Amino acid sequence: MAQGPAGTPSTARPRQTGRKPVASGAHSAIDSARSPQVIIAPADAILGVTEAFKACTNPNKLNLGVGAYRTEEGRPLVLGVVREAERRVLADPRQDKEYIGTGGTPDFCRLSTTLAFGEGSRPLQEGRCATIQGLSGTGSLRVGGKFLAHFYPVKLVLIPSPSWANHKNIFERCGLATQTYRYYKPETRGLDYEGLIADLKDAPEGAVVILHACAHNPTGVDPTPEQWQGVLEVVQQRRLLPFFDSAYQGFASGDLDRDGAAIRLFADAGLELLLAQSYAKNMGLYGERVGALSVISSDAAVSKRVDSQLKATAFGMYLNPPKHGALLVTAILSDPELYAQWKVELKGMADRILSMRQQLFDALQEVGAPGDWSHILKQIGMFSYTGLTKAQVENMTNKWSVFMTMDGRISMAGLSGTKCKYLAEAIKDSVENC
Amino acid sequence: MALQRNTGVAALRALPAVLPAARTFASQAGWFGHVPEAPRDPILGVTEKYLADANPLKMNLGVGAYRDDSGQPVVLKSVREAERRVAGSHFMEYLPIGGHRQFCEDSAKLAYGEDAGVVHGKQVAMIQSLSGTGSCRLFAEFQGRWMKGSKIYIPSPTWSNHHNIWRDAQVEEVIYPYYNKETKGLDFERMCDTLSKAPAGSVVLLHACAHNPTGVDPTREQWQELSKLMLEKRLFPCMDMAYQGFATGDCERDAQAVRIFLNDGHRLALSQSFAKNMGLYGQRVGCFSIVCEGPAEAKAVESQMKALARPMYSNPPLHGALLVHQILSDPELKQQWYGEVKEMADRIISMRTLLRQNLEALGSPHRCAGRLAWVSPCCCVCTSATRSCCGRMDEPWAGPTGSWAGHKRPLRRRSPRPAAGISSGQGAAPHSRLRTCPTCAKPAHPGRCPVLAPCVFRGPCHPTRIPARSWQHITDQIGMFCFTGITPEQVDRLTGEYSIYLTRNGRISMAGVNSGNVGRLAEAMHKVTSS
Repeated sequence: MAQGPAGTPSTARPRQTGRKPVASGAHSAIDSARSPQVIIAPADAILGVTEAFKACTNPNKLNLGVGAYRTEEGRPLVLGVVREAERRVLADPRQDKEYIGTGGTPDFCRLSTTLAFGEGSRPLQEGRCATIQGLSGTGSLRVGGKFLAHFYPVKLVLIPSPSWANHKNIFERCGLATQTYRYYKPETRGLDYEGLIADLKDAPEGAVVILHACAHNPTGVDPTPEQWQGVLEVVQQRRLLPFFDSAYQGFASGDLDRDGAAIRLFADAGLELLLAQSYAKNMGLYGERVGALSVISSDAAVSKRVDSQLKATAFGMYLNPPKHGALLVTAILSDPELYAQWKVELKGMADRILSMRQQLFDALQEVGAPGDWSHILKQIGMFSYTGLTKAQVENMTNKWSVFMTMDGRISMAGLSGTKCKYLAEAIKDSVENC
Repeated sequence: MALQRNTGVAALRALPAVLPAARTFASQAGWFGHVPEAPRDPILGVTEKYLADANPLKMNLGVGAYRDDSGQPVVLKSVREAERRVAGSHFMEYLPIGGHRQFCEDSAKLAYGEDAGVVHGKQVAMIQSLSGTGSCRLFAEFQGRWMKGSKIYIPSPTWSNHHNIWRDAQVEEVIYPYYNKETKGLDFERMCDTLSKAPAGSVVLLHACAHNPTGVDPTREQWQELSKLMLEKRLFPCMDMAYQGFATGDCERDAQAVRIFLNDGHRLALSQSFAKNMGLYGQRVGCFSIVCEGPAEAKAVESQMKALARPMYSNPPLHGALLVHQILSDPELKQQWYGEVKEMADRIISMRTLLRQNLEALGSPHRCAGRLAWVSPCCCVCTSATRSCCGRMDEPWAGPTGSWAGHKRPLRRRSPRPAAGISSGQGAAPHSRLRTCPTCAKPAHPGRCPVLAPCVFRGPCHPTRIPARSWQHITDQIGMFCFTGITPEQVDRLTGEYSIYLTRNGRISMAGVNSGNVGRLAEAMHKVTSS
């Protein structure tokens, strides 16, 4: 039996009878002289952390990698309202599995924009907002980016430094150039406000600027209301096009309106803007891929045309969006009781995160970890930029089996009260000795 | 400054604005004023018009979604059972970028064979995708990145979105002949001829079964020939299989093209959709796979497939994959599903038969010329031939060399004498005299009809049976769609006069046909094609 490359099982003997061996004329996907050899793609940094965690055998291991909510017991959570919505959808005799429209259902879109922009929002009332259901945050960003690449004259996207790694990936895949603007200040572990404003002032007129609506990923550092006002002013001055990424509305402070304040500030100021919304975290619908893309334009007639183009882009990508998650979201947002219950459960998740921050901070004080750890309390949302260096992070992982990304980011959602002391000790050890 | 607990915007509004709250648009029309309305997808436009029509007898033969005999959408029982089992039982965590692994393996076995060596040998790079569209799009992007310079050969006609997909992925397309308008079948010769001239490394898009929109599939022998040709010319097959099980009712049989190519040693790409065969249209569940040289290459290719998926949607939706996995991994449910797919396919096949029978009962399956027929170059209907030259209207057409069974000489015609210039059944025919085709206004010549030429003339005065519109293709074609051969103008009449909605290329979705409306459909089709 012929051997394949060393260590790999041979594929030369097929199980199917009568099958001929590989014909000499077979043209492999990567055979063409004109194509580069298909190389193995680098492993995704964030998901790689979870894989390493799974492989680890230390009973004290801690997964502070991926940003999915965990309960105090470290378990994933499906919200009670989501289970109830599931039951209702299943029991509905009219429910079928037919295609939904390319832009999702009108109800879903209307409910999503009301959630984001608020009930009395001017752009909504004036019909200036074109919205389609998108494949969670990623899919919404992608369709928005493709739309801009096609129709927007300035092919430059400004991304905060640091940001979610996939932002750069998505916009470059759309054929747009990307550039960073200063955001995080390592010295303070807070916002580099002066740097941010200076970089936006320097940007070419009309550049697209990515803004995290709340709970900045990966740092957890958000502008204050005054600082948001300052950002608005420079955006207006430089005629930049804001593209909001809202993945944590309600998840950051526990209050939907408060977490939507920045979006609403810009929308109510009369700006044209884009918004990518995700229900992955705030409704725990991670795997169902539900989100929405909105484009606010100058008037209703333009908005209609924009809407048709968004749909055309989505059409060539996946025809129409997945139905199941959208049915759950619609059921929850359209029923006053379910909506009220959702807000309670959402606040419950946000409160647990806030409590973890407090408990970790307290533990760090207790063990006497050197340095100022108040940023743990000032930052908001699921993630915290600890400020740990690469060497320190390696120590965390190798010695203490605390799995986190190399940039020093930890997911507060992966923490529980009982583990705070252990984590504090690990941090103290890493800071002191690495 | 303490953050207020109430609405943040109120706090922000209290601060003085630097600029007046005027609009900051680049121009009066803002940044997007120049954006034009996107062209409508032809299929969706049909459904929209259908929905707006108040006629209670309206029929939607546009979009390809299965309907039962009462015209209602169907959720399969096996799907309902899978749903019940799945609801409340799972977390909704992110799937990996490549999707649900067992689902992918189930799909690959369904397509390539339960015992397929390539699957067991880990030679197949596969990821869960957003139904057929998502698979095709991922492949198009893969082709653009890793098969640079190669073009996509797309059959004519094809599903309209194929063009959008490869264009949006910025891969150049070349059209290859597929459908033969005259025979309403496959133009195999011209197809092979064009493909044989394609440069090595070109990618050829093939519909694995139940070609959309024509319903015309290659025979087994033709698939074998094509496979060998493509090996010889080093062409890369990309199979789009959206109807496995739905065409003949037999999943194994419908995958024959894939198996033939696989057995011949092709490395191929495959787009699988569960939208139709499991009725999971809205769930967007499919599988995109590429058969590679070996496990190492499969790993590399799969990692690159994921690299394309990540900036598109990060990871695929969960629900549909759970349902499919339930069904394919449970022997009982799987058997139940096989039965349901067969039922759907059988209903379609029976509708084809009924429609053809109805059409043939309505009009003569052929028109007896009894004399020379004036044939138009534009279409296969000899509209200038009158109906009843010899009065024998209901004899089946016995083929090009068939005789007039039981009819030795033309009978006296019952219809009024034809206008001057058309010969009677006997005697010399003024076949040199030109007439004008009422359909295309081009000069009509005897014996020039490209469709009927093989059947028509054996001599200038030989009375010949000329088939009028033949509806055989309705039962020859397979799958959800039927390419009727109806012209765009006739389609407009069907829609305008009868509220029957279909795409202007004459494609009807057989799924929209049922025992309640087939009669009316046949009548309408007969009327618009015979006047």
